[in-house]
Amino acid sequence: MFSNILIYFVVIPVIMLAGLALCRNIKQIRAVAVTGSLALTALSIYLLVEYLGMRAANPDAQMLFTGAWDWFKPLHIQLAVGVDGISVAMLILSSIILLTGSFASWKIDPMPKEFFLWLILLSTGVFGFFISIDLFTMFMFYEVALIPMYLLIGVWGSGNKNYSAMKLTLMLMGGSAFLMLGLIGIYYHSSADPSQLTWNLLEISKNGAISTGWQYFLFPMTFVGFGVLGAMFPFHTWSPDGHASAPTAVSMLHAGVLMKLGGYGCFRVAIYLMPQAANDLAWIFLILTGISVVYGAFSACVQTDLKYINAYSSVSHCGLVLFAILMLNTTAMTGAIMQMLSHGLMTALFFALIGMIYGRTHTRDITKMGGLMKIMPFLAVCYVIAGFASLGLPGLSGFVAEMTIFVGSFEHADMFHRVFTIVACCSIVITAVYILRVVGKLLLGPVQDEHHLALTDAEWWERTATVTLIVSVAAIGCFPEFFADLIRWTFNSNIFSVIGMN
Amino acid sequence: MDYSQFLAMKQEIGLLVLFLFVFLYDTFMPKHALGCIGKVTCLLFGLFTLYGFCPSVIGDGVVDGFSGMYETSPAIVAIKNILNVGVLIVLIQSLKWTASEHQVIRRGEFYELLLITLFGMYLMMSGRHFLVFIIGLESASLPLAAMVALNKHRYESHEAAAKYIMTAVFSSAVLLMGLSFVYGLTGSLYFGKIASAMTAASSVNVVMLVVAIAFVMSGVGFKLSLVPFHLWTADVYQGAPTSVTSYLSVISKGSAAFAFLVILWQVFGTVYSLAWEWMLYALIILTITVGNLFAIRQKNLKRFLAFSSISQAGYIMLGIIGDNAMGEAALMFYVLVYIFSNLAAFGVIGAIENNCGKVSMDDYNGLYKTNPRLAVTMMLAMFSLAGIPPFAGFFSKFFIFTSAINQGSIAIYVLVLIALINTIISLYYYLLVVKAMFIKDVDEMTVASFRSAFSERLGMWICVAGILGLGLVSWFYDSLLCVVGL
Repeated sequence: MFSNILIYFVVIPVIMLAGLALCRNIKQIRAVAVTGSLALTALSIYLLVEYLGMRAANPDAQMLFTGAWDWFKPLHIQLAVGVDGISVAMLILSSIILLTGSFASWKIDPMPKEFFLWLILLSTGVFGFFISIDLFTMFMFYEVALIPMYLLIGVWGSGNKNYSAMKLTLMLMGGSAFLMLGLIGIYYHSSADPSQLTWNLLEISKNGAISTGWQYFLFPMTFVGFGVLGAMFPFHTWSPDGHASAPTAVSMLHAGVLMKLGGYGCFRVAIYLMPQAANDLAWIFLILTGISVVYGAFSACVQTDLKYINAYSSVSHCGLVLFAILMLNTTAMTGAIMQMLSHGLMTALFFALIGMIYGRTHTRDITKMGGLMKIMPFLAVCYVIAGFASLGLPGLSGFVAEMTIFVGSFEHADMFHRVFTIVACCSIVITAVYILRVVGKLLLGPVQDEHHLALTDAEWWERTATVTLIVSVAAIGCFPEFFADLIRWTFNSNIFSVIGMN
Repeated sequence: MDYSQFLAMKQEIGLLVLFLFVFLYDTFMPKHALGCIGKVTCLLFGLFTLYGFCPSVIGDGVVDGFSGMYETSPAIVAIKNILNVGVLIVLIQSLKWTASEHQVIRRGEFYELLLITLFGMYLMMSGRHFLVFIIGLESASLPLAAMVALNKHRYESHEAAAKYIMTAVFSSAVLLMGLSFVYGLTGSLYFGKIASAMTAASSVNVVMLVVAIAFVMSGVGFKLSLVPFHLWTADVYQGAPTSVTSYLSVISKGSAAFAFLVILWQVFGTVYSLAWEWMLYALIILTITVGNLFAIRQKNLKRFLAFSSISQAGYIMLGIIGDNAMGEAALMFYVLVYIFSNLAAFGVIGAIENNCGKVSMDDYNGLYKTNPRLAVTMMLAMFSLAGIPPFAGFFSKFFIFTSAINQGSIAIYVLVLIALINTIISLYYYLLVVKAMFIKDVDEMTVASFRSAFSERLGMWICVAGILGLGLVSWFYDSLLCVVGL
């Protein structure tokens, strides 16, 4: 079992948890958090290198590094792991954001130990989710990732934190109630032979035993279940409140990684296992996600709280992920995964910067701040870069992802898809409006509050966090074909032959 | 008569010997030796629990005794062992309370009554003739009323005992009424003969049958505190001493749930879809929903756990749907996990109540600052009850839903969906406790820092170990599936 590299993505966080439990002071806590997340980052990059080598040798295998160990044998539950290019990309994203999140919460107060314990528990869930290919373990890790949010927001959050924490937890758990039903339903239809039922994704997809009728029932269950976490309209309302109240690192991880669990799950479970229903019912969810994209962007325009602006922008961008997945063609889906990476990195960057600015000015209201470019040039420049990435400037990640998505979406020749593509395209313009509005008010112009003049620029740990994220954002922007190739392998296989996907 | 039949009743006889020993010890030992009666009972009961795991006790396959009145099988031994473990934890947790000033003269009664009710529960689960079942049910109910009244100096305790005995007697009467109908319809009180009489006589009066089953269901439903037969629960739980409440809420409930499963399937299994499928669905939906909705408003933690245990009983009932071995195993596993989670919560409540007499949720505000370990234990218990992974409650909920859906109809999907939506409601109120302990800031701590007694800590450690281990270690569930024949 321990010869499989993927297991270590869960083992390292568990060791970190044990290490944190023994820590006595803040220095040890930081040391454990940074060492552990560095180890995870190194592991994920090593995995990438190994993966590329293995992929060249096994061009036909859907998943690599697969392994399965019986867990609850009579119920056919296994601890099954395996990755393809998409999961590898997600693992890299998660480890980078965990690393930068640890730096961003360098001065967390009070109870730093408990904070990191919950944060690492959350990331255990995230990593476990991305390596699992067994529906049961996947779902278990999914829920492990959700519940720490309650205490992370409730204890260390700001503003209306009790309300936000409860709302977020209940809505996400509500989603997972539908999801659980969907997954159990999939299990009972996973094979034509009742003694061969399985939770294993690859086997279910190979068996293809879920009848169309059951797909119509189970697809909405799973898609909505994961879609709640992907901030799909009308189930997105947890997102602005939750993100606004959460402490910095939690916002980063939540918007950067957890919301990707939603998109990833929609693709990996709902669409991958039930392509027929996906094809037939996609239009319903296209409408909903189309609304998310535009509505999120418009809402961001009228907010004055920096975190609310970014949270609504996340609704819009994550809506675009689901939107692109539902286009069901290779180009758009590749774009969707690129968008997940891109949005994960840049939104983490945004939330890190907002946290840093808030930590200095003690306000997030953009009408009460101004001219920060003069006071904290480093943070301000980073903010501008993040903004450019968000509105899709070429050379940064946002452009590549959105371009791919819209090109892919426009490949559909029918009226419905094209109209919705054009509507979703409008969000780019609206994004530019709210980004430039913030940049203008917050960073440029006269200094609003003279107390701000005494503020200092970023400390070294903050610089480390932001620079790491900016480099990653630029890497995707400059070498998109590398990431696109990594991702596209999955779609090259014939899993979508049912719906005649090109 | 073949006296070797008594050998089938190994656990009952063991328990009876233990009871007699405790009784004689309490009656005849000099006063200075009585000081350790609690520890002696715990120790002996621990040995008795271990004895239940002996291969010769477990046996292989179903064994009948007394011309079919009594039955034992690995599954029945397993549920008895599960309850034994629960009783052991209750006994350990109650050590401090029984040694307290007001209780010390009555502690012998506590142990004796507890053991005799456990004996009754054994008979309830093993009896295959309604007379044996009724004897078991009565001896599991009536002594409990005395236990509820053990806090003699407290008015609430008396009130609770009066309410409990009224409802217990009333529900027995209803049950007996139902049984007389069953006897009238089939001419027998043996489980097996009733079932075969129902299959044979195609002309069974359906209306009569439905009434009979409804009476039987409501009789056992009182014991399990299913809605609408739950009205006694909150008051009794609140008024009874905490150790008795925890015993009532896990052991009594667990045994009644298993007995319910046995009766419904072994006696009325053949008329499932004809007579009582819809009754079961309605009971489950009502129990889960009403229990949850009432729990939201509770401020007293014992009342709170009363309503939470009502809704948990609803989830346990999901294991009864669709006569399958998987459901039986899921039910037993659910009871096992529920015992550990609920006893962890009651352990914390008992420790705090023994220390400063506080049981209101508001008193728990900021508990993490003063008593972090108790707060974490309580949090784990709440998460496990709410079904959050990686704690055991998640696994038991998942398995019980999986076993229910095994039946496959759309109606069952809808039922499970309602149950799942209810888990969200329950998560809300469980989180309220977590919120009080971890999030709420208070200027003046109502519960001061204290160190709980060794016995209380031991009980909580066992529960925490169970909450963490029962799910993640697949051995427990696998062996339960094994004993039911999967």
